[in-house]
Amino acid sequence: MRNFRIWRGDASSGALEDYQVEVNEGEVVLDVLHRLQATQTPDLACRWNCKAGKCGSCSVEINGMPKLACMTRMSTFTADETITVTPLRTFPVIRDLVTDVSYNYVKAREMPAFSPPPDLAPGEYRMQQVDVERSQEFRKCIECFLCQNVCHVVRDHEENKLAFAGPRLFIRAAELDMHPLDARTDRKEHTRDRQGVGYCNITKCCTEVCPEHIKITDNAIIPMKERVVDRRYDPLVWLGRKIFRRDQVEQQAAAEDTTPAPASPETVTHRASPGQVNWAQEIQVPPAPAVGPDGRFAMSEVLIDRAGAPSPFGDDVTFPVDPEQLRYLHPRTDED
Amino acid sequence: MTTTGAESAPGPSKAQPAVTTRPRAAIAERTLRKDRWWLPPGIVAIGLAAWVTYATVRVFLKENYWVAEHHYLTPFYSPCVSLECIPEAAHFGRFVPDLPILPYAVISLPILLLFRLTCYYYRKAYYRSFWLSPPACAVPDGHARYTGETRFPLVLQNFHRYTFYLVVVITAINTWDMFLAFGGEAGFGIGLGNLVLLLNVIFLWLYTLSCHSCRHVTGGRLKHFSKHPIRYRWWTFVSRINPKHMQFAWISLGTLALVDAYVMAVSAGWITDLRFFN
Ligand code: SF4
Ligand code: SF4
Ligand code: FES
Ligand code: FES
Repeated sequence: MRNFRIWRGDASSGALEDYQVEVNEGEVVLDVLHRLQATQTPDLACRWNCKAGKCGSCSVEINGMPKLACMTRMSTFTADETITVTPLRTFPVIRDLVTDVSYNYVKAREMPAFSPPPDLAPGEYRMQQVDVERSQEFRKCIECFLCQNVCHVVRDHEENKLAFAGPRLFIRAAELDMHPLDARTDRKEHTRDRQGVGYCNITKCCTEVCPEHIKITDNAIIPMKERVVDRRYDPLVWLGRKIFRRDQVEQQAAAEDTTPAPASPETVTHRASPGQVNWAQEIQVPPAPAVGPDGRFAMSEVLIDRAGAPSPFGDDVTFPVDPEQLRYLHPRTDED
Repeated sequence: MTTTGAESAPGPSKAQPAVTTRPRAAIAERTLRKDRWWLPPGIVAIGLAAWVTYATVRVFLKENYWVAEHHYLTPFYSPCVSLECIPEAAHFGRFVPDLPILPYAVISLPILLLFRLTCYYYRKAYYRSFWLSPPACAVPDGHARYTGETRFPLVLQNFHRYTFYLVVVITAINTWDMFLAFGGEAGFGIGLGNLVLLLNVIFLWLYTLSCHSCRHVTGGRLKHFSKHPIRYRWWTFVSRINPKHMQFAWISLGTLALVDAYVMAVSAGWITDLRFFN
């Protein structure tokens, strides 16, 4: 029998509650949480998935330190020790040990995606191992968000969440900026101005808690800070900028950098031969899927009112749709 | 999301989702850590305070910095540029008037101080130990408001790279002093003092070259290592010693104090130099 103190509650209130649980050899904290669910508190909420330290779902705080519950062995505690398990402090709590980690997805969505070189088609990308090696370290991330949770910039200063993207997104920024084929040139500015890399004071807690042992600070944040210095704090570069007005040039380049518009219906229609399709008929526009007050889809599975993502065609459209109602001619291949 | 730094002030876009409005778990304890988390920052605070005290006293003592017999010069007085310096100890000339507030090595010491002050490792050390921001992981920050290194004066930490360039020159001067010390008044000779000086110079170089800015300028800034094989080799070398930067930071502090104490002791006649050769 071991003593556990587990935070129980939800957004309105909560408290640490004591439990006595049986523990067997070789178990991890997540096993004990499951035994508690099975024997004493069937309503204890905790998130988990793989039990192998690879999905990043079971992040909690154990004795005050952010950890994966499935990778924290019971053998690391003494027999008489009370083990405290609390939800991640930095994110809004949903219930018990489950928190809403949307913050991290919001920040991820603000990150410009990989942008391939314009002169290469997919399949033509060639990279050398030495060039991609640095980025590969960051691909080990399992998105457990322990680093985001421990970072004092947002953990102790809620207001910084607006300006600060957090260590997990800094490794993403470094991964893309070091990518040999990424064509974007404004990533350093993005990291400084939109991700707030300046808020990080390199105290390395993110590196300390990362279960994948990614050297977040040494290999991603400090290199990104140095790259920002290249662009922003180098007196010679700054002078060159002022003299040659390169800022404006870059802004124009950024403005021109738009994704190609999807092909308009007109360009498609003239290819199809006119059949019985009424090309002029009005198409019923389906209502857009439900979004939250921020105008976006709900980010986490707990907040959304159905399983899976909302339909991009609207919830009241059922398939198959009657083809008569569509401006669409199905190509026939059996005629010739 | 297309943006350049020039058009956007630091800060988020206006349309932010309401991630910041819903409450966190109500946990009364400020931290639930039960281990002795205060020990590492405490040790660092004591270590740094002790070293700074020693160095300050020594730098303003203005004596016992040169062993005439064996030509040992402590790095705290190198290069000795004050008009009051012992002429033999001034390897690079004497041209700065002596004022009580100025140390004899008035050019190198401020640069070295700035270098270590803006060093990524020391930043971590003093932000944790002295500024308590945060004192340890998952322990609350000691401050109500926090802007990190985005504002003056801390934004100046970004100039670390330029102090690195200057310190390479100073470390070369220390190396030069170390070589000169092999030739004392009686010609070539080797004593314990030479070995201590050599040890110090080795660790000064390891500390300086393992610098994160060094890692960046030698090769880290490149996008294509394959196009710059020589710089890639450099970067690989720096990357090998860079993870030990913290250790080198402390060891080099230790060897600096050791060399200085040794030179002071020999110079003051408290001990005699142990000679291996001549
Ligand atoms: S090193 Fe920077 S990003 Fe990482 S936890 Fe510390 S402040 Fe946050
Ligand atoms: S970087 Fe490490 S700690 Fe952060 S989310 Fe990824 S795996 Fe987790
Ligand atoms: S359950 Fe997947 S990481 Fe712990
Ligand atoms: S000297 Fe420590 S990072 Fe440069």
